[in-house]
Amino acid sequence: MFELSSAEWIAIGLSLRIAMVATACALPFGIAIGWLLARGTFWGKTVLDGLVHLPLVLPPVVTGYLLLIWFGRKGPLGAFLYDHFGILFAFRWTGAALASAIMGFPLLVRPIRLALESIDRRLEDAAATLGANPVLVFVTVTLPLALPGIIAGVLLCFARALGEFGATITFVSNIPGETQTISAAIYTFLQIPDGDAAAGRLVLVAIALSLAALIAAEWLGRRATVRFHGG
Amino acid sequence: MLAVDVQKQLGALQLAVRFNAAGGATALFGPSGAGKTSLVNMIAGLLKPDRGVITLDKTLLFASESGVNVPPHRRSIGYVFQEGRLFPHLNVRQNLEYGRRMSRRTREPVEFERIVGLLGIGHLLTRRPRLLSGGERQRVAIGRALLMQPRLLLLDEPLASLDTGHKGEILPYLVRLRDEAGIPMVYVSHIAAEVRQIATHVVRLEDGRVTATGGLELLAGAS
Repeated sequence: MFELSSAEWIAIGLSLRIAMVATACALPFGIAIGWLLARGTFWGKTVLDGLVHLPLVLPPVVTGYLLLIWFGRKGPLGAFLYDHFGILFAFRWTGAALASAIMGFPLLVRPIRLALESIDRRLEDAAATLGANPVLVFVTVTLPLALPGIIAGVLLCFARALGEFGATITFVSNIPGETQTISAAIYTFLQIPDGDAAAGRLVLVAIALSLAALIAAEWLGRRATVRFHGG
Repeated sequence: MLAVDVQKQLGALQLAVRFNAAGGATALFGPSGAGKTSLVNMIAGLLKPDRGVITLDKTLLFASESGVNVPPHRRSIGYVFQEGRLFPHLNVRQNLEYGRRMSRRTREPVEFERIVGLLGIGHLLTRRPRLLSGGERQRVAIGRALLMQPRLLLLDEPLASLDTGHKGEILPYLVRLRDEAGIPMVYVSHIAAEVRQIATHVVRLEDGRVTATGGLELLAGAS
């Protein structure tokens, strides 16, 4: 019987919440960095590009360890954020969201950057001659034309955040109800006798969610492309 | 009146141009590569001259000496581009209203209907640009530039992307525009026949220099 226990439901709900918060918080940064990489000419652009892609190639446990050092309760950034804004990452679901956001960030930035690079800049010039200031040009021309790339980036980042394991468990551990996501729960169930069935159910859920995100990315991306660029 | 006196190095071409354009339609006439498009881009504010002065009706738009360079969105100069450049994500009506919305002016239905009627694009309002023919696209582009209530209208080879039949479809609109809209026009072209129909004054441009200014008699013998 495919019936999920309450512990499994909690892990699923937590995973979805963490992935959504991570993606939503990463999006403004993703657009800003994507824009810088697509349009900017500045010293250190290659370094920035490398830094953005680093989580993709670094062992996740290293990323998690670095987060622990910097964003832990006593880490330089973690202490600052807690003292001034009351934001605590260590061993909280917010920390899991931070880890997921950083791991998903390269997948978010890349399609946005490519979309911005492919925009016909002459349309932005046309908007300027029609009286749009640079901010309005960005909001009314650049962003809508980059929408297919933004959608693709958001869904890839979401899917990646949903499956994040290594950095999260290193940074915020594996606390049921707080930081135990689907991946961490599967890992835990595999460690206990008779946990196979529960792990198997969560594996199916993980496959279904990831597949849904990929299909949605494909479908929404194609719809936006047809709508804005004539397919 | 538009007064232009600019210099700019464009690759191998040293552009140094001085001319005035009053009311009516002034043609910038000359072969490809003479610097015509660069010149109108400088008037629109999309390209910065190395040196010089541009004024429009006593407003200083550019002056290298005093460091004045009004950005394009504050110049109120309408620009019809060679390739139309309609916004693909907006329909025809939204394209036409873009200028008004960006400058937060209130709707003027009478003016809107007048220009839509003048250009014969009333039946296209709900369409997306990709579903328009080349001629329709250019008429919408002209309407879009007019509806921002420009002080000057720049037209850069607006017929270049059209075949002969469609050219004939647009030319009468441009003539009506010149006679009815009362907005001074700068019309860029390398085709004498086109200039003859539209222009009231001619500035002949060759290799980045003005080689003659005057009336349509300058086109004698040109093709």
